[in-house]
Amino acid sequence: MRCRSHDIKVGVVRAALILASCAALELLCRLGIINRVTMIPPSEMVAALWNILWAGLYNADILFTLVNVVAAALLAVIGGFLIGAALHALPRVRRPLVPLLSAYYAIPTFVFYPLLIVVFGVGRTALIVMGAMFGVVAMIVNTTLGLGHVPPVVAKTGAILRLDGLRQLALLRLPSAAPHLVTGVKLAVAYSVIGIVAGEFILATEGIGKRIAYAYDNFDNRTMYGMLLLLLIGVMAVNGALSSWEKRLHRRFGQR
Amino acid sequence: MKSSRTDFLLLAAGLLALWQLVHWAVGPDVLASPWATIARAAGLMRTSAFWDHAGATAVAFAVAAFISIVGGIALGLWLGLRRFAGDVADPILGTLYSIPKITLYPIILLIFGLGVSAKIAFGVIHGVFPIAIFTMNAVRNVAPVYHRTARVMRLTLLGAALTIMAPAALPEILAGIRVGVALTLLGVLIGELFAATAGLGFALRRAMDIHAVTDIMAIALLLFVFAAGANALLRIVERRARHGG
Repeated sequence: MRCRSHDIKVGVVRAALILASCAALELLCRLGIINRVTMIPPSEMVAALWNILWAGLYNADILFTLVNVVAAALLAVIGGFLIGAALHALPRVRRPLVPLLSAYYAIPTFVFYPLLIVVFGVGRTALIVMGAMFGVVAMIVNTTLGLGHVPPVVAKTGAILRLDGLRQLALLRLPSAAPHLVTGVKLAVAYSVIGIVAGEFILATEGIGKRIAYAYDNFDNRTMYGMLLLLLIGVMAVNGALSSWEKRLHRRFGQR
Repeated sequence: MKSSRTDFLLLAAGLLALWQLVHWAVGPDVLASPWATIARAAGLMRTSAFWDHAGATAVAFAVAAFISIVGGIALGLWLGLRRFAGDVADPILGTLYSIPKITLYPIILLIFGLGVSAKIAFGVIHGVFPIAIFTMNAVRNVAPVYHRTARVMRLTLLGAALTIMAPAALPEILAGIRVGVALTLLGVLIGELFAATAGLGFALRRAMDIHAVTDIMAIALLLFVFAAGANALLRIVERRARHGG
């Protein structure tokens, strides 16, 4: 059903749509229908970002946030996987816990950020813990989902082949759960970013979020939109890469 | 059924015990004890100031949830029925869903100003995309024979959407609403944290500023109980829709 020419046509229309939206925004800003205090034209956002990167003004902030996100995402993914696997082994704990976990993301967890500051002080550690706290639940939920959806035939195959527990896990269960696990990784990374940037908005001495909040407070729209653009491009690139990996796995394992 | 209730109570007791242990470990400046938190929550619920804030949040949440649900379903139905438009929009929606909306707060504030419309806008940008995505996928996964039936009966796009696709796709759409409504609440609360003069998010922000640990935890606990309750309710509705409706 899906053919190459269809894919190409879809891609062209999508690119045209995105370009047209940017052009429309540019026009609205240039004509003054959207005033400059609210938003600067997209072309100026790109120019502002270019200047920031070229002059290396905020390299330290960018690196600070990047390292924090990587650390928090690693903690969230590894911790979430281990907790999720443990929960999978304990169905009596898992069953009542999962509905509670899915309500977790209705609460802005970063209201606990000030409490983390009391423990860890203002700085990197509190932000990393914040990011990991926000990301870990998505990984837990998707790990339990993935391990729970392993078809019985896979377990039977393991029994027939007389694999021991560890090999069954490594060779059968984990690959079978892989699509859900990658979804978990994708969400854990996205939520880690949210936790860290939110923390930087609230209280931090450096970081991309700190720069955006500072520029916003000082009506410095060029810096604000430049840094916002950088953050969005970064998030979209990582998310796009993880999404396409996820899609490949889903196709390979015959799921949607 | 009975054993699941026992399990739930055991889990709740376990979580409370864990909470108490952490409280002893880190001290009251970081984590209030469960008992103090519950007592403060009960105390808060007896003040009229709390209900004023809760009311402000509830109004913004209701409007934002309504816009998210109606807008998300309309968008999702259209994109699900129009294969080409759906293919074009799919990754765009996915990206919009996954970008950390909290980073957009300066833009929302500049556009909507400080006040109730900013909170609502924040709730909607959090909630509308997951609902649209779930709805679109739900419609796309409807068995092809239903599409053919719609064609045979010469239904219009609207007629097909209302009489065939919506009922067939209902359980998935309800799952989308469950996810979307939770995120809408998160969005409204974030909006209140950064840009409001009333609402539970605002109360949280004030408690954060003066480091009132017990207040932060009591409000968070009440919000969590509300969110978990709403979630459980929507799960029941969803299960009904799935098993014969």
